[in-house]
Amino acid sequence: MTAAAGAEAITPEMVAEHGLSPAEYERVLEILGRAPNLLELGIFSVMWSEHCSYKSSKIWLKTLPTSGPQVIYGPGENAGAIDIGGGLAAIFKMESHNHPSYIEPYQGAATGVGGILRDVFTMGARPVANLNALRFGEPSHPKTRHLLAGVVAGIGGYGNCVGVPTVGGEVNFDPGYNGNILVNAMTVGLAPRDRIFTSRATGVGNPVVYVGSKTGRDGIHGATMASAEFGEGAEEKRPTVQVGDPFTEKLLIEACLELMETDAIVAIQDMGAAGLTSSSFEMASKGGLGVELDLDCVPCREDGMTPYEMMLSESQERMLMVLQPDKETLARRVFDKWDLDFAVIGRLTDTGRMVLRLHGETVGDLPIDPLAQAAPEYDRPWEPTPAPAPLDAATLPPLEDSGAALLRLLATPDLCSRRWIWEQYDHMVMADTVGRPGGDAGVVRVHASHRGLALTIDCTPRYCQANPIQGGRQAVAEAWRNLTAVGARPLAVTDNLNFGNPERPRVMGQFVGCVQGIGEACRALDFPVISGNVSLYNETNGQAIPPTPAIGAVGLIDDLGQRVDPALKEAGETLLLIGATRGHLGASLYLRDLLGRREGDAPPVDLAAEKRNGDFVRGLIRDGQFTAVHDLSDGGLAVALAEMALAGGLGVELDAAPDDLPLAAWLFGEDQARYLVAARDAAPILAAAEALGVPAAAVGRTGGDALILPGGGPISLGELRRAREDWLPAYMGG
Amino acid sequence: MKAAVIVFPGSNCDRDVQVALTQSLRRLDGGKAPLMVWHKEADFEAVDLIVLPGGFAYGDYLRCGAVAAHSPAMREVVRRAGRGVPVIGICNGFQVLTESGLLPGALIRNASLRFVCRDVTVRVETSQSLFTCKYETGQVIRIPVAHHDGNYVADPDQLERLEGDGRIAFRYCDEAGDPTAEANPNGSARNIAGVFNAEKTVLGMMPHPERLADPLLGGSDGRALFDGLVEALS
Repeated sequence: MTAAAGAEAITPEMVAEHGLSPAEYERVLEILGRAPNLLELGIFSVMWSEHCSYKSSKIWLKTLPTSGPQVIYGPGENAGAIDIGGGLAAIFKMESHNHPSYIEPYQGAATGVGGILRDVFTMGARPVANLNALRFGEPSHPKTRHLLAGVVAGIGGYGNCVGVPTVGGEVNFDPGYNGNILVNAMTVGLAPRDRIFTSRATGVGNPVVYVGSKTGRDGIHGATMASAEFGEGAEEKRPTVQVGDPFTEKLLIEACLELMETDAIVAIQDMGAAGLTSSSFEMASKGGLGVELDLDCVPCREDGMTPYEMMLSESQERMLMVLQPDKETLARRVFDKWDLDFAVIGRLTDTGRMVLRLHGETVGDLPIDPLAQAAPEYDRPWEPTPAPAPLDAATLPPLEDSGAALLRLLATPDLCSRRWIWEQYDHMVMADTVGRPGGDAGVVRVHASHRGLALTIDCTPRYCQANPIQGGRQAVAEAWRNLTAVGARPLAVTDNLNFGNPERPRVMGQFVGCVQGIGEACRALDFPVISGNVSLYNETNGQAIPPTPAIGAVGLIDDLGQRVDPALKEAGETLLLIGATRGHLGASLYLRDLLGRREGDAPPVDLAAEKRNGDFVRGLIRDGQFTAVHDLSDGGLAVALAEMALAGGLGVELDAAPDDLPLAAWLFGEDQARYLVAARDAAPILAAAEALGVPAAAVGRTGGDALILPGGGPISLGELRRAREDWLPAYMGG
Repeated sequence: MKAAVIVFPGSNCDRDVQVALTQSLRRLDGGKAPLMVWHKEADFEAVDLIVLPGGFAYGDYLRCGAVAAHSPAMREVVRRAGRGVPVIGICNGFQVLTESGLLPGALIRNASLRFVCRDVTVRVETSQSLFTCKYETGQVIRIPVAHHDGNYVADPDQLERLEGDGRIAFRYCDEAGDPTAEANPNGSARNIAGVFNAEKTVLGMMPHPERLADPLLGGSDGRALFDGLVEALS
């Protein structure tokens, strides 16, 4: 080879800088039968990075349930796809942008949104909703305010401009994220069931076409960065963060969807992590073909870019397509209309190799299958997480003033209103947002129909830390409950598994435990995992984040007229608690934030009870039996009650605790599989519950303009609202 | 009645306003759905109403609406507005109208420096216009805003003229109709949410009537604006 880029001999230091282990480099030599040049080394480096290859997680991900009658595409495509009837598919995925967001919060978060949008519209879906799950360090950490402000502005700046509503998500604060925040973004799109596009390239000789923005020197080695721990000076990695242009993304969405209405596209793949390298490998590998790229034709932002830079750039808003041979002119016309770059940069071949040329010379020549499919796969050693000592609620100090405790809890970072955040997101553009942020699940109407998609993201990291298996189950169960609570039929999930360094057996044990719990819950609830993303090495200076497997979930509401929300509607109604209350306070917010104790086990998740109780609630929602429904989770019964009262602007009185429960356990226990509902007539509901063996009890009545808890005086709704609403704006400085 | 919605690259409420307008047209007029006019087209057919939708035209680069104001379609809109064809600009469309000189004043960054998306209440300042004829003067309506640059400014003389000529269409207010500082989501001078040109044939407004024109979305106070236009122009 006369490789210009290969003039430099590869040293062990260069191999290490590219994040490849000596054993992995041996494998490179074996596959090539010679030493790689620098370009080729760079390509191996990104393709075999943890981020692109899932080398530490793959053997465990295989244990997750991924099929079901509703599943059209499970994991392995750009995003998963499910059949929602009416000739439509819902296409969705969640992805992390953790490291870039810590280094440069605005652009890191913005490009996270851009990337996940592309994964979805690449498959032919019009994006209809965005969600996000954010985890920040403790509020007193000097960086938290800056990171929160930047991430929220970045998500809004991108999503608002492309015109896709951001309808839900979740936010936590914990010292465990001080040096490594998490930004997980999810996009949901809708496509005609029979017009879904994939990246499988076919047709030797077909043109390979580059569209979108020009390639610059930004984001080089982003995937490799995302696959290593942070140390001091992480900010110096800023040049590896990409810069987003949501305006171009909007044009790219419209141009791609317009071209997708024709039969011009054979295969299409967005250029995400590892840019042109992984997109071209992916397409050729899936089609069992080879590809030849003429790098002189790649639209570049700057002169003199090297093949190494072109192949590894993570410049945003770019796509790669394989077109039908006679459709170039048609396609070019569409992209000209939208003022986007369009360049034929190569052809498919039958060689099974990727050949890269510059100025007529071959600068890289790699076999595709070994690189794309024979990536290393590790069974990392792991240690099960030791079971925490259970907490006996009876040993806690007695609750003196329940009202004061509730007011304090509502004004904590994890329970306060997120209005300051979601008011910065356009959550109404597209004029189909039926359920706005702040409820159990966001609801968007399927355009021009009476059906709706219910959407949520859930995870309780402190449960996962105490008990990964129960925490994994709980994340799935809570997502399933949140969809149920708005009247939706839960259909499928996407997961975003955020963990520390998998080379530490303790961390790997957390991963294994959470995946086990997720798998058990998804199987029990018929809730397959159809897409996802793994983010490992979330550590700074050896300090791993709490295990955070976020679950994004999608459900369907067949008739939006039957939808319910948490807002109390009328005085004189009965509140019913569905599900069993045992008063579990281990790993609860009451224990952590009011008593300052991080101990106890996570609440056990009885999956059979989840299914039974949830199916019961959903059935009665469809029958129109409830006027309001809310899932019980963080903060337990009292917090759910306060949220329902505030949403409806109506007072409520809660009955005394059952004799066998301490007051704090009744009010703030975080037992699972529970819902709080309001109904005009309780008797038939109680009878139906008894017939089905569902625990249910009348626990209070609506009315007045105050919340009255047992063991406390009335709290006016105004006082309640101030407690819940004021914390975040005050923290962020107004 | 025939309407046109101008679609700029980066418009993202073009479909939303088309849907809301079509609903009113179907109900009241039996008319056709509005024409969607691409920004590069200057010779679109004669219409009774031109709509400039919300979004981020040309990415809102340089200044919101600044590049859009010089597009071929917009030059034609200015010409037709001069001949009296009614024009409504919503959100980004309002910004385009001030940038193109069809309306006075400018829309600068929100006083909070943050994007704001929420329902607000506005007071209809006059029912004496094509756009507001289905509302009562002084009526308080609920309507969403969603913008980063909705802070209306104009020099004091201009503001006095707007007041004196009855050219203020909507004002941010509390639920009782008082234009308080707390009710002002973006810092706009005199709580101005929308203004007319001198002939009241051009309206620019920051709130999005198309987003609350359907009870399923949480309210329908915006519908009367589209109904009024269809009735007035049919």
